[in-house]
Amino acid sequence: MTQMLSLHRAPWFWAWMAAFAAFLATWSLSVGGGGGGMALLVAALTFGSFSVLTGLGQMLVITMGPGNTDLSIPATMTLAATLSLKLMGGMTGPVALIVLAGLAAALLIGAAVGVANFTLIRLLRIPPIIATLSASFLYQSLAIWSNRGLRIKPPEVLADFTTGRALLGMPNLAWAALAVSVGFWVLLNRSGFGRRVSAIGQNPRAARLAGVPVARISAMTYVICATMAGLTGFLLACFSGGAALNMGAEFLLMSIAVTVIGGSSIAGGNSNVPGIWAGALFMYLIVSMLNSYGLGAGVRLLLTGVIIIAIVAAASGRKG
Amino acid sequence: MTRLINPRLALPVLSLVVLIVAVFWLQPRAMSYVGINLLFNLAVPIALATIAQMIIIMVNDIDLSMGAFVSLAACITAAILPVNPALGVLLLAGCVLAYAALGALIEIRQLPAIVVTLGMSFVWGGAAVLILPSPGGTAPGWLVWLMKSKPPLFPMAIVASVLIATVAHLLIMRSSFGVRLRALGGNARAVSRSGRSTVALRASAYGLAGIFAVLSGMALVGLTTSGDANIALRYTLLSIAGVILGGGEFTGGRISPVGAVIGALTLTLAGSFLSFLRLSPDWQIGAQGAILILVLAARLLVRQAEKRA
Amino acid sequence: MGTQMTNRTGANAPAPAIVRLDGAGKAFGPVKALDHVDLLISPGECLGLVGHNGAGKSTLVNLITGLFAPSQGRVDYPGAEGPLAAGIRAISQEGTLCPNLTVLENLSVVQRDLTGPGWRARAAGRIGRALDAVFPGHRIRPEALVHDMTLAEQQMVEIAIGFSEGATPARLVVLDEPTSSLDASIAAQLLAHVRRFCAEGGAVVFISHMMGEIFDVATRIVVMRDGRNIADRPADAFTRQSLVDAMGHVAADDHSDSSAATAPRNLGDRAKAILRTPEGIEARKGEIVGLAGLAGHGQAEALARFYLSQSSDWRGAADPRAAFVAGDRRRDGVMPVWSIRRNLSLAMLDRLTRSGLIDQHRETEIGESWRKRIGIRTPDMGNPILSLSGGNQQKALFARALATTAPVIVMDDPMRGVDIGTKTEVYEMIRQEAAQGRTFLWYSTEMDEIRNCDRVFVFRDGAISAELEGDQITEENVLAASFEFGETAA
Repeated sequence: MTQMLSLHRAPWFWAWMAAFAAFLATWSLSVGGGGGGMALLVAALTFGSFSVLTGLGQMLVITMGPGNTDLSIPATMTLAATLSLKLMGGMTGPVALIVLAGLAAALLIGAAVGVANFTLIRLLRIPPIIATLSASFLYQSLAIWSNRGLRIKPPEVLADFTTGRALLGMPNLAWAALAVSVGFWVLLNRSGFGRRVSAIGQNPRAARLAGVPVARISAMTYVICATMAGLTGFLLACFSGGAALNMGAEFLLMSIAVTVIGGSSIAGGNSNVPGIWAGALFMYLIVSMLNSYGLGAGVRLLLTGVIIIAIVAAASGRKG
Repeated sequence: MTRLINPRLALPVLSLVVLIVAVFWLQPRAMSYVGINLLFNLAVPIALATIAQMIIIMVNDIDLSMGAFVSLAACITAAILPVNPALGVLLLAGCVLAYAALGALIEIRQLPAIVVTLGMSFVWGGAAVLILPSPGGTAPGWLVWLMKSKPPLFPMAIVASVLIATVAHLLIMRSSFGVRLRALGGNARAVSRSGRSTVALRASAYGLAGIFAVLSGMALVGLTTSGDANIALRYTLLSIAGVILGGGEFTGGRISPVGAVIGALTLTLAGSFLSFLRLSPDWQIGAQGAILILVLAARLLVRQAEKRA
Repeated sequence: MGTQMTNRTGANAPAPAIVRLDGAGKAFGPVKALDHVDLLISPGECLGLVGHNGAGKSTLVNLITGLFAPSQGRVDYPGAEGPLAAGIRAISQEGTLCPNLTVLENLSVVQRDLTGPGWRARAAGRIGRALDAVFPGHRIRPEALVHDMTLAEQQMVEIAIGFSEGATPARLVVLDEPTSSLDASIAAQLLAHVRRFCAEGGAVVFISHMMGEIFDVATRIVVMRDGRNIADRPADAFTRQSLVDAMGHVAADDHSDSSAATAPRNLGDRAKAILRTPEGIEARKGEIVGLAGLAGHGQAEALARFYLSQSSDWRGAADPRAAFVAGDRRRDGVMPVWSIRRNLSLAMLDRLTRSGLIDQHRETEIGESWRKRIGIRTPDMGNPILSLSGGNQQKALFARALATTAPVIVMDDPMRGVDIGTKTEVYEMIRQEAAQGRTFLWYSTEMDEIRNCDRVFVFRDGAISAELEGDQITEENVLAASFEFGETAA
């Protein structure tokens, strides 16, 4: 009974309720269209997975407290996707090797971006927003330059995997994102690293005075975030049949939005993984609900922004 | 007037001069009324957006919705102002008020400006799409006349830039109103101790920034003669870079309007310079990011040298 | 508020008082910072305010300037509606200037009538005349940016803003350590101006650790101790000795306490110091070393520098060389989101992790054992840290440091706002730990704590002004080294 009573106090509880309500509302609207609940769920899980993956990385960065936000996620996604697809396109040999090489390339490019981001923040002593924003334009140019307008198709296997539903009829992508999420949950809640990230987010000065190696933890955080962006870019490109220059555009706000909607504190120090899923599903469902009302792109964008700001304003009030 | 030649402006002025010399050396024909007009063609809207961003940075915030907001102002100017001037003016004034309200919200709830302005970029973007679903519209005649007029001696872009710098300098650096706004960025505690409302001050700062941003959108339409919901998305980065190039700091309310306009001119010129160099357009955006990083690095080195001296 | 003032307290005050405190007191929670103070400040007076740390000086000032409302008694401004209208100005230690503004612009932040056309000229005139009057021969331009000025110049500007003319003229100026960054000749100019200002009918409250300055300008000296007004007499009724005696507690009491607290311990040769800081602090193994002196004279900075030099921004250590106990809990210590247990285990995470993951079972055990050992009053160490009282939060922070294997524990005035019961428990624990060979660096603003130390370094103006050991550690010696007793700065 006490378990039930305290459930609604979990930071992700309301996000899940909202996501559920949005699901019911959208479902009831789309029944006429013959889509059905299953199709809606599959779509939400598929597209939500990308938001979850970027959101996890961004959440880690945001947990480190005010001022910490990675604005280079979209550019990193594009860069990692473009380069890894290019690599795979040019390779011959066993398929497994090609796939592995592509995945490794995407992750490494992400990690390299993270190292570059943190180097700028640390060496130039500039706010992370400025460092990641200005560097992101370099990454973007790099992606444009290497892409040359060509659209390289992903290997068949990967295209099939990312669009497939091998287990319980649920999308493979969702399973992959779930696995990564479990890893993040362990990292945040059970590891020394997660504790220290949270300590920095609550009070960087006190963390340093308690012996937390602040520079190392921040560096790792930015690297993990960028690596997640690289991974998401890779999967998204395989899913949509190739890399596109603006493929990551929506994931900047989305990654921040799912973090905040999921109940992680924008003041830092407090993060939670289940909320990321609720936030991601909610955002997708809201958009499809607005779609099924027949509202245009303009209203959709507008309402998305309003919802995010409203949630941020309400959530920060909770802290007093 | 002693503050116009303060040492902070040395670096911005120097970089602009070096760039001008380089451009004229590469392209001697640019050294004419028409040439300069072409080089600095888009400087006016960028300068106005930079001043707007500078006012936000001055109160220790940062505005990631500047590009979207300028685009919205441009769409209103192109789609509504020529057809229904009264409604257009009303909408533009509403935009400014919305900005002021945003500043008040950020101060009252102590919200991070990055998240709020990032969210607002969707709101402005959505509103722009609603007003102008596809690129088009027309610029009001008087606006085109103003932006494309050819004053004697100096091209419009230069005259307007000087005017913007002067007005912003008087407003921000000289008036007692500007002093209060800068005090908010310098020492908010001292401001509230003197019995002033920080909410009112932050709202005024955002409102003032909104006015400059609306003017930026209007100037842009005057030059391009049509609007587009994505017309000014680059302005977010450009405006931040302009403030930094002009010697502004991210915190502490230490900014310079004259420097910001010089920074905007430098960025405009840098675009022309890069195309003269036959640099592939792929690298244009990256070059702007690189310039920003280089300036920050140079400034750090200068500061460290100063500290050692 | 317009009522005729009744001059019943100050029989020797010829003119109506500027401010009057009637049994005024101020409590922060259970802590009484100021207790039933009667005080009257009249035109023409220069009141020297002295007292050791925590005596209630700054609380008294904040009541006078109206920043705090009294929680007991009343504060009146006869003939005026409030502190601003009464012409009360304060120059505090914490910096009230905006560094990004010029001198004259800073004046306009404080003086709200400086708007409209020609405000710059008016502001420049006011601040220029004030600077000329207080610091003749100064070379500060009203158009200069505060950020570009030296600390001394900034302090001069703050003082000049306090004395400058305005819509309501200055009648009472509170100067809190106004000469801390000024050199002797500039300080002498200020003292001369204070005398002139008072002779012309103004009043000044002057706080300083330089006793020479107090005797130089004060017409009357108020001694504060433990939130009370202990002595209030004309300046010439005090001698240096009687002032120190008044600030301290009764001498006999002093000695009995000190012998009870620390029996002399055999710590070995003084040359066997295990640590030395650039400031000159030394400590031997198992020694409790105290840092004393007035707050803000460089003790906390010295400790922070030492701790940071012993720990890394890049490497965590299972066996740290030092551990830190914060005094300003909110700023330097507590992780507000976390449970008590997590707060406690933060500094020893590297000993709790196995292949990167935290051994939660051991964490719980350690939390439980420290709960019993240090007596944290909570039913469950999983409760949020903020559910604890201040004293128990402080115990958790002590446990955080003591639970590590660090041989040196650095303590930055850790007993601020802690009740006496907790204090005694913690003193006992520190003594036990020291007996087992741990070294303590202990900055404290309280005399009781300083008496617990084997050796004491007294700080003044960022440097060590005295080193006391054993029997020398008395309140009198600490006070004597904390205050500057030389002749006037001039």
